[in-house]
Amino acid sequence: MDENDIQILIDGTVHYFRSTVGQSTEVGAPYLVEDREPVVSDFTGIIAISGVYTGCVYFTAPRAMLRHILMVNGETRADAEFMADVVGEVANTISGNARRHFGSEFEISVPEVFEGRAKDGQLQLAERSFVIPIAWRQYRASLVVSLID
Amino acid sequence: MKILIVDDSMFIRNRIERSLAIAGITEVLTARNGREAMVKFHAHKPELVTMDITMPEVDGIECTERMVQANAAVKILVVSAVADKATAILALKKGANGFLIKPFEETEINDALNRLIQGNRRGRK
Repeated sequence: MDENDIQILIDGTVHYFRSTVGQSTEVGAPYLVEDREPVVSDFTGIIAISGVYTGCVYFTAPRAMLRHILMVNGETRADAEFMADVVGEVANTISGNARRHFGSEFEISVPEVFEGRAKDGQLQLAERSFVIPIAWRQYRASLVVSLID
Repeated sequence: MKILIVDDSMFIRNRIERSLAIAGITEVLTARNGREAMVKFHAHKPELVTMDITMPEVDGIECTERMVQANAAVKILVVSAVADKATAILALKKGANGFLIKPFEETEINDALNRLIQGNRRGRK
């Protein structure tokens, strides 16, 4: 996965948040983590990737941010089930959109979601993962790209 | 006119339902996967369907094919994050009438559904 590939996912992240919650979203420069230690927040949605790459793409966000995203989209309900649904959908949309660049051999799973820390085997990371920081209002979330060729 | 919204995400189902500004819609039905969608499709006979692709149990491509086999007059708008050309072509070959890529604006989904209602039958074999 090279810089251009990462840029595709950055562009997808910007597009998703600007379409869903408005122009105020900022996506920071991605950074590399090499310790296989997952970056997780309150809720995490994972898409398993197979085909041209193997691994996962996941989106992780704090409860307050998800509550706010639901609110600006007109939802009055903001329970754990709904927040888990949102992180899964964000991960799914960004990964699915990436197929425009990577092609149909960038195969994506249905989302797997969890709250809090990952259980054993739930998040299996490659040796190197890219973390794309996302800032919206006062909240901080991350899209993590952990793929091997 | 009845519309069936098929998506495994409650967030998206609600977003589509809230966005709808289509004249003549009398009933909105929802389904969270392909299996539930087929049950509601046969029970309620919707004329219009929005269809996700990546779903558990029965995916949206298979669901589209089964719906068109059961009722060739149904109009199906695929609403999916899966953005590659091959998937869009496959969905149209299976009988979908249109393809809208997530994320979408409210006006985009209404425009796409209105095009279907007005008789855009592209892709239907």
